[in-house]
Amino acid sequence: MRTDRFAITEQEFNPRLPLRRRFGGLFGLLSAAAILIGLVTLGLLIADVVRDGWQVLSWDFLTSYPSRRPQDAGILSALVGTFYILLLVTVIAFPLGVAAAVYLEEFAPKSRLTAFIEVNISNLAAVPSIVYGLLGLGVFVRTFMLGRSLIAGALTLSLLVLPIIIVASREAVRAVPPSIREAGLALGASPWQTARYFVLPAAFPGILTGTILALARAIGETAPLITIGALTYVAFTPKSLFDPFTVLPIQIFNWVSRPQPAFHDRAAGGIIVLLAVLLLFNATAILLRARLQRKIRF
Amino acid sequence: MADPIAALTNAQAARAEAATHVSESAATRMDVEKLSAFYGGFQALAEITFPIHPGAVTAVIGPSGCGKSTFIRCLNRLHELTPGARVTGSVRLGGVDIYQPEIDPARVRQLVGMVFQKPNPFPTLSIYDNVLAGVRLHRPRISRTEADEIAERSLRAAALWDEVKDKLKAPGSSLSGGQQQRLCIARALAVEPLVLLMDEPTSALDPIATYRIEELIWELKQRYTIVIVTHNMQQAARIADYVAFLLSDEDRTGRLIEFDTAQRIFTNPKRRETEDYITGKIG
Repeated sequence: MRTDRFAITEQEFNPRLPLRRRFGGLFGLLSAAAILIGLVTLGLLIADVVRDGWQVLSWDFLTSYPSRRPQDAGILSALVGTFYILLLVTVIAFPLGVAAAVYLEEFAPKSRLTAFIEVNISNLAAVPSIVYGLLGLGVFVRTFMLGRSLIAGALTLSLLVLPIIIVASREAVRAVPPSIREAGLALGASPWQTARYFVLPAAFPGILTGTILALARAIGETAPLITIGALTYVAFTPKSLFDPFTVLPIQIFNWVSRPQPAFHDRAAGGIIVLLAVLLLFNATAILLRARLQRKIRF
Repeated sequence: MADPIAALTNAQAARAEAATHVSESAATRMDVEKLSAFYGGFQALAEITFPIHPGAVTAVIGPSGCGKSTFIRCLNRLHELTPGARVTGSVRLGGVDIYQPEIDPARVRQLVGMVFQKPNPFPTLSIYDNVLAGVRLHRPRISRTEADEIAERSLRAAALWDEVKDKLKAPGSSLSGGQQQRLCIARALAVEPLVLLMDEPTSALDPIATYRIEELIWELKQRYTIVIVTHNMQQAARIADYVAFLLSDEDRTGRLIEFDTAQRIFTNPKRRETEDYITGKIG
């Protein structure tokens, strides 16, 4: 019975199963190759950097200020600057971005104006960072007279990452099914309570991921900070929001552009530290998200 | 009137105290009068009028698209949350028009609880916190002992207590579909509503889970006025005391064809359309 049926089908339409299987296999190979190209390139770059920078890594490297003698030069001021900038950007951009996203998704009327704002936020996420640098220079450094300070840098980078945080948070908020909102409202929750107690917690893992990606971008930015006048040689750590500062990418950029090869090794060491900071950061985010997401199933 | 809903709130408080039978209480009666509902320019319901008797189960039946769900969502002012949606006519709860402008819709929804088609426990909350979610919105500083009491009482009322009492801290979404739906019922009961709305509460459940929910509805009507939307006529026949039959006209606008006791609707309907529907000729 079974065999009969199969025999008939084979005559009526030719399924060409072997050929389809071969195409499937081929596509798998192509995809694997695509991944390999990316990974191998990255691996080579990292190997190159590690080879150059490994021997300069030491406690002294991390705890010394820059110096014009390469063997004494360290990254303390840059590391501390990066840490402060990251902290400030998180404090400024995270609440603003999440609030804007919640407003746009949960409260804003679905009007032309809202649509216009939404399109422009997405556009802002793609604006080159140097433009934000010029904006920061014009607004924060000159108009608000904050100078080339930590706070001016943090505000500039906050502007840069805000659109990214808003777009990612909106996606996360939109992914919460409407049935959750209805459940809240039907219990007599106000729209604000519904957003605060039921929608936001469910969207939080997504919001967190977006924010981390945005901060990872902020940590690597050099151009806007150079534009607002962040210093390349800072032999102190900032004591207040209004002190000058430097960050890891600027320090690396500075060392790379020196003629002495010994400074290039210092730059490679700086890159390793920057990568490590970034990795640490992303790993924390992934762990945190995994932990939160395990509980949330719609 | 300063607070037109105060009388109802008092009724709610009295009920929470005494756990009495509700059939005598006029505060839990609803009267729907000339209720029309719109989505933008589209009229989904036209001039629906019938009473919802206290302490009884009123089933709203009819084929898909006749406006059953729209109707039930008008009873707790959930309909108006859809962009462009509006309502005309009146819905009175214990004599108070819930659509008068002084009334906060959130207050109405606290008195008229709702259970949805698909179980929708809050995914971030534990079983315990799901039950208390509504209570905590209105009383953020509730004491631990009282919270425990409300959780146990609501879960018992929803016939879920024995199954979850040892894992109250587990996420609500870890339960089976039928258990999740009973959790949603417990969550709705925890805020001590006067009326309980159920929008096809068993259509996402298997027959055994459905049976348990129906049994539960049978018990709950001792204490609550219940309105249930169902497309399942056997279900309506099993649990309803009153039945409203809706049918959409050629403009797809839902109209009330017949309202009567379940007994009469299922044995001796007055209208031809009702008979055709319950005998399976249409729908």
